[in-house]
Amino acid sequence: MNNWSWEYVGDILPDLLHGLWITVQATLLGSLVAFALGLVWALALRSPSRWVTWPVSIVVEFVRNTPLLVQLFFLFFVLPGWGLTFDPLTTGVIGLGLHYSTYTAEVYRAGIDGVPEGQWEAATALSLPRRRTWTAVILPQAFRRVVPALGNYVIAMFKDTPMLAAITVAELLFQANSISATTFDYMEPITVVGVLFIVISYPTSLLLRALERRLVR
Amino acid sequence: MSDDSNPTQPGQPAQPAPPTVGTAEDGPELVRFDRVTKRFGAHTVLDSLDMTVYSGKHVTLIGPSGSGKTTILRLLMTLLKPEEGKIKVGDAYLTHEEKNGKLVPASEKHCREVRKNIGMVFQQFNLFPNMKVLRNITEAPVHVLGLGKDAAEERARGLLDLVGLTQHIDKYPSQLSGGQQQRVAIARALAMRPQVLLLDEVTSALDPELVAGVLDVLRDIAHTTDITMLCVTHEMNFARDISDCVMMFDQGRVIEFGTPEKIFSEPENDRTREFLSAVL
Repeated sequence: MNNWSWEYVGDILPDLLHGLWITVQATLLGSLVAFALGLVWALALRSPSRWVTWPVSIVVEFVRNTPLLVQLFFLFFVLPGWGLTFDPLTTGVIGLGLHYSTYTAEVYRAGIDGVPEGQWEAATALSLPRRRTWTAVILPQAFRRVVPALGNYVIAMFKDTPMLAAITVAELLFQANSISATTFDYMEPITVVGVLFIVISYPTSLLLRALERRLVR
Repeated sequence: MSDDSNPTQPGQPAQPAPPTVGTAEDGPELVRFDRVTKRFGAHTVLDSLDMTVYSGKHVTLIGPSGSGKTTILRLLMTLLKPEEGKIKVGDAYLTHEEKNGKLVPASEKHCREVRKNIGMVFQQFNLFPNMKVLRNITEAPVHVLGLGKDAAEERARGLLDLVGLTQHIDKYPSQLSGGQQQRVAIARALAMRPQVLLLDEVTSALDPELVAGVLDVLRDIAHTTDITMLCVTHEMNFARDISDCVMMFDQGRVIEFGTPEKIFSEPENDRTREFLSAVL
């Protein structure tokens, strides 16, 4: 077994930090996609028309019940054959966002269901238009309830980003792997990857817990 | 199943004539139920109800729980749809609209138009917790009536003065007591300048010491405005003070109605007597 070399760590750190930056970008952009798309699913699933709810629920269940890695491979290797080509990071963001949107949809659903019936009734009694009821009354109250759960999915997504290495996104694990492939020394790169993940995800989860205490009064 | 002559069945007391509160001299007919039936599954909550209320009248609905009185308010507010019958508010049907001379079930748009004439105050207040007091009151006038922000706020300030809460204009509902929240809810309903105000057990969720403040506000409104009120309450003294008519419900029917003096002092129906002796 090799001895731990801090000098080696110093040499590889810039590349790893660059990989971390890509990882963070993928997570943040993926989250935005998951937040927006999840809301679209959640609202579509409440449509009174079965012609909307059926196709949407099939798509949502399909995406939720197939592995993220398979979806990433499909987006990256199959779609170009149909003339749809994106760069690796974009593909990764779409893949992560789409996959996690099926979970955030469920979070939104619970959040919307959690708004008391009396709020809908008050909106009806005031004749507020449907749209205004959603944007001014229901969703603002639902969002308060969903922030903690959405935050947990952001952390989960952050920890799933190494899968993007499989479609050549130069994120953290991909960088570590590239370094190790030339030096044949895995210990430092892979250990530093683990440390960098926890340095980001643990404080984030503490932050979320604090936010949760503030929001849920 | 019933017809206009209200046939008396053997062994049962005669049905009273359909309740009518007020006369054409009081103003236009404002609320009319025309053989309205509401069922929940196999349970009939309202049984072919006929009822007419003229403008400016105050009606109190009393009766045991489950007798259908709250259902009437919820039907008027379109929170429920009747299985049979028609409901008219002012000149228009709430449940139906005229198309090419025929009455067809009302569209959502028509419904919303007619509903603007009706305001409701709920047992649980149902204020919007994400909005401050002022915006709770201005939200609908701005977004439904198209009132300018300044005009809506001026109206809201006037109403907050009426309910005695001017100093709480910038608070969130969660910072107010139940009684204060209910007074805001009353102001919110009045901000739409409805012709009919529905009050659904508005003091039932309040701590006893907060009830009087809310009832005082409502008394004030009843005596100083010409708004029509339909009120479900267990506060019999309040009912006596403000009502032109008290209707006693039992099993989805009006079994007796009349002035508060008559109903509270010399009820004719045994069920009314039983109910009143239990609550008074």
